[in-house]
Amino acid sequence: MNPKKDIAPSDLTPREVFESRRDFIKKAGVGLIASTALLLNCPISAATPKNTNLSSRKLKAISTAYGKGEKLTSYEDVTSYNNFYEFGSDKSEPAINAKLFKTQPWTLTVEGEVRKSKTIAMEDILKLAPLEERIYRMRCVEGWSMVIPWVGLPLSELIKWAEPTGNAKYVEFISLEDKQQMPGQNIPLIDWPYTEGLRMDEAMNPLTILAVGLYGEVLPNQNGAPLRLVVPWKYGFKGAKSIVSIRFTEKQPVSSWMKISPKEYGFYANVNPNVEHPRWSQSTERRIGSGLFSSRIKTQMFNGYADQVGHMYSGLDLKRNF
Amino acid sequence: MRAFSLKSISLDGYLTNKLFVFSIAILPFLRLFYLALNDKLTAHPIEFIEHSTGFWSLTILLVLLLLTPIRQIFKLNKQIRLKRMLGLFVFFYAFLHVLTYLWLDYDFNYDEIAKDVIKHPRILVGFIAFILLIPLAATSNNASIKRLGASWLKLHSLVYLVAILAVTHFWMLVKRDIREPLIFAMVLFLLLAVRVYFRFLAKQGRPS
Repeated sequence: MNPKKDIAPSDLTPREVFESRRDFIKKAGVGLIASTALLLNCPISAATPKNTNLSSRKLKAISTAYGKGEKLTSYEDVTSYNNFYEFGSDKSEPAINAKLFKTQPWTLTVEGEVRKSKTIAMEDILKLAPLEERIYRMRCVEGWSMVIPWVGLPLSELIKWAEPTGNAKYVEFISLEDKQQMPGQNIPLIDWPYTEGLRMDEAMNPLTILAVGLYGEVLPNQNGAPLRLVVPWKYGFKGAKSIVSIRFTEKQPVSSWMKISPKEYGFYANVNPNVEHPRWSQSTERRIGSGLFSSRIKTQMFNGYADQVGHMYSGLDLKRNF
Repeated sequence: MRAFSLKSISLDGYLTNKLFVFSIAILPFLRLFYLALNDKLTAHPIEFIEHSTGFWSLTILLVLLLLTPIRQIFKLNKQIRLKRMLGLFVFFYAFLHVLTYLWLDYDFNYDEIAKDVIKHPRILVGFIAFILLIPLAATSNNASIKRLGASWLKLHSLVYLVAILAVTHFWMLVKRDIREPLIFAMVLFLLLAVRVYFRFLAKQGRPS
């Protein structure tokens, strides 16, 4: 089973271009023809970008079949509504407080159950594998969801480079701790730094990526720049942001949210409409950007990625291992 | 909202005060309209409206509960006559809060709403607080005050329970950063403590 149906490599379409493409599609009213063209990645003449100057924020990435046909959440919404407590606990705060956050230079350390602890620079991470665009649904534990066009590389590529030993059963992700730059860390809401974890097979799953961008551009600071985890079948909080270290362990790591409230947040945190959370509805969700008068939508098992990830949990009691 | 009656014009500027307070208390409502028209209700407008109306209902409730202690502490003889209007504003924002939840958030889907209320204690607590507010708003008119006599005061002391439930409801919503509900809880605690203290003084001063 290979869920990855790659389309011929090409430059990732910049946001303005495909937004104008959407306009074009709507206006021309030839949705079928146009979407076929898009699917085959044919250039649509009307959508040729006026401005071909690519700033340094643009990223080249391979287009993939993931999330084709999903209506994207607007760039504005994706970058203004963020849970990133390092920059404030209100969702509007990260966009303001992370403006001056320095993401260059950046290095990532791999440690724990690896052949040899080592450090890799951000530039070299980008060379581990070609960048891909992955359009994923993101379901927050708070009952809302988005569709985000991430740019990143499979986490498995980094893990191969890290050379974990046979004892490595879990992977722990550690975010940056820097009280000077991250004002939210002056408040002890979390036992800083933020940590998250995955089982080895989850980390190696082709869906799991390290994102370095979204909407064809370098990751905005408030979205976890320069490097964050994206695990689309799990609740959003699993996606550790601004990662500085990856630690391979034999024992299941205890994540930040598990420490705060083990009854509310489990290690797995798979999106599951059948396991209720004490605060928020998990059977339905509200899609961000759907407007004031739209209905909630049904939350899908594994956030709709059951075909790709369900096999990893056969025999596991998901009600107990939430 | 009760219409302004000519009777209430008096030299103490009562009507002016009333107009002034009304203009302030209606601002959060007008602000929502302004933000909606300018597409500034954030990425999650329904949540924003829910939080905003809930916040202002609770805030006005605490302001209302502050009026009596102010009168007692500063030994003002004059009754502060803005309580009814503020009380109705508390109800108004609570009503918008509940309406947003039932209509915009849940589309009057009663199955889903019932599930949500049963499974999530914070929703249940909020609902109880709102239901208790209804008889208070319904009996806020002069006729009811006359008709109910002494039991009117008893009925309206439910407002303390409503305040406690509302603060609890807010507290239970917050995932981690409890600073805001903590402030509300502390203010409410102070307001209740002041009342207990004055009641104690009154009992002491009473000849046995």
